[in-house]
Amino acid sequence: MAEQENPAELVDLKLRVNGVTRSLRLEPRVSLLDALREHLGLTGTKKGCNQGACGACTVHVNGVRINSCLALAIMHQQDDITTIEGLAQGEALHPMQQAFIDHEGLQCGYCTPGQIMSGVACVREGHAQSDAQTREWMSGNVCRCGCYNGIVEAVRSVREAQG
Amino acid sequence: MRNFAYEAARMPGDAVMAVAQDTGARFIAGGTTLVDLMRVNVEAPSKLVDINGLPLKGITALPGGGVRIGALARMSEVAEHPLVVQGFPAVSQALLASASPQLRNKASIGGNLLQRTRCPYFRDLALPCNKREPGTGCSAIGGENKMQAVLGTSDSCIATYAGDMAVAMVALDAVVRVRGPRGDRTVNLVDLHVVPGDTPQRETVLAPEDLILAVDLPAAPHAARSHYLKVRDRASYEFAVTSAATGLDVQGGRIRAARVALGGVGTKPWRSPEAEALLVGQAPTREAFGAAAQAALRGARGYSQNAFKIPLAQRTLIRALELAAGGPA
Ligand SMILES: Cc1cc2nc3c(=O)[nH]c(=O)nc-3n(C[C@H](O)[C@H](O)[C@H](O)COP(=O)(O)OP(=O)(O)OC[C@H]3O[C@@H](n4cnc5c(N)ncnc54)[C@H](O)[C@@H]3O)c2cc1C
Ligand code: SF4
Ligand code: FES
Ligand code: FES
Repeated sequence: MAEQENPAELVDLKLRVNGVTRSLRLEPRVSLLDALREHLGLTGTKKGCNQGACGACTVHVNGVRINSCLALAIMHQQDDITTIEGLAQGEALHPMQQAFIDHEGLQCGYCTPGQIMSGVACVREGHAQSDAQTREWMSGNVCRCGCYNGIVEAVRSVREAQG
Repeated sequence: MRNFAYEAARMPGDAVMAVAQDTGARFIAGGTTLVDLMRVNVEAPSKLVDINGLPLKGITALPGGGVRIGALARMSEVAEHPLVVQGFPAVSQALLASASPQLRNKASIGGNLLQRTRCPYFRDLALPCNKREPGTGCSAIGGENKMQAVLGTSDSCIATYAGDMAVAMVALDAVVRVRGPRGDRTVNLVDLHVVPGDTPQRETVLAPEDLILAVDLPAAPHAARSHYLKVRDRASYEFAVTSAATGLDVQGGRIRAARVALGGVGTKPWRSPEAEALLVGQAPTREAFGAAAQAALRGARGYSQNAFKIPLAQRTLIRALELAAGGPA
């Protein structure tokens, strides 16, 4: 395969994920998504399209949500990365995780980690002031099973609980 | 994705030299265009020069009320920055209508200007495409062309410039500040992108080693009263079928200055000096806007599936002019 004709140097790099610094040896082409899933065993973050179009791979970098599939791991060594695994405090779910359960914001659950990461960011950004605004600012996360109404309710309940 | 070497640049001059010294090297900012195209092997750089460490992130006021936007400012920051929201609402509106919140947090202003077309054949290595492989032919002209351009096309390529922000910026006389191996220069944004002609692989006047440092937006009454309207197949998170950026300065019932640019229909961000000339001196009426819309689409050429864009773009422009004038005329 063409990919193997030109093996790149492996590079040593460190990623700080959910508060823990982890050392890795990777090719520069490894995405942040693949580094998390394949190399760090953090499979909560999902790979949908791998093209920036579905939002399943949403993680927080320095508190800001991005698509990890279009990010290269090597470019995020200075950053604080939070994945869905980093939201709960021990056994206590993050309020957004609990709200998704309470409001049936999940069906097959594949898009759910990305939706929750986006929901948390959406409230933090102040972009969940109304259901219409929530829909607009959650539009980067595509759910094929159609639990959108439950998702909007879950985001609304967390925003309201925060006052 | 092909393998590549990676280097993080510390100073703008170093980044320029690193790309100048290696013909296969490319700058990477947010990576939301470049990594996407590398994954489907349309782009296969030998080296990526990461420019995120460069001091090009600031959004600052210019003397006279304008704003300078650093090339590495993120789309999300620029969209909600008070200087942009107040002085250049069309730019803010265009950014907020672009991509998704996650992408806007990652993508930079420089990268946004240089995003590539979304023509499906450009991304598909199995089919001919003159832009990707010069001389192989254009699959879109006789194929799926609903989303392709109607202005500025050629027999070689009818790919649409897909971005939103550049359409608003081109209407508002943006100036791009560039550093090359021989020093700094400025390029008017309207001259940055070029029509395909018989060299569709060449999309801008920049060389690969030319680094965008910033974009300057000059203040003006028509800029403060500007509007961006985007028409698309779904309400959010979709590229434009048609879009229009307008800016009007109306005083004493007459238009003193007018700005008109179209998106989704041109092979580059499409400014229309013809429409602007027709508007100046007129009362801001539906008739005047209709005449300007006719002029803006004069010379447009529809293909098998996209001729509908010509009347749609005219209506989009009329509505955007009404919005810039402060509601339905
Ligand atoms: C699913 C999806 C939907 C999208 N929807 C929209 C939309 O609706 N509207 C819209 O406008 N855009 C849309 N985009 C495109 C997106 O806005 C661009 O990908 C983004 O703005 C590019 O910025 P970047 O920093 O990520 O660029 P990169 O990918 O890092 O770079 C893009 C190009 O610019 C070059 N470059 C980057 N910075 C500089 C610089 N300072 N100087 C010189 N060259 C430079 C790179 O070498 C590369 O060739 C969408 C993208 C995706 C994936
Ligand atoms: S329109 Fe341009 S980009 Fe699309 S197939 Fe034709 S040559 Fe390629
Ligand atoms: S997997 Fe990243 S956006 Fe779909
Ligand atoms: S629950 Fe199945 S994709 Fe959203």
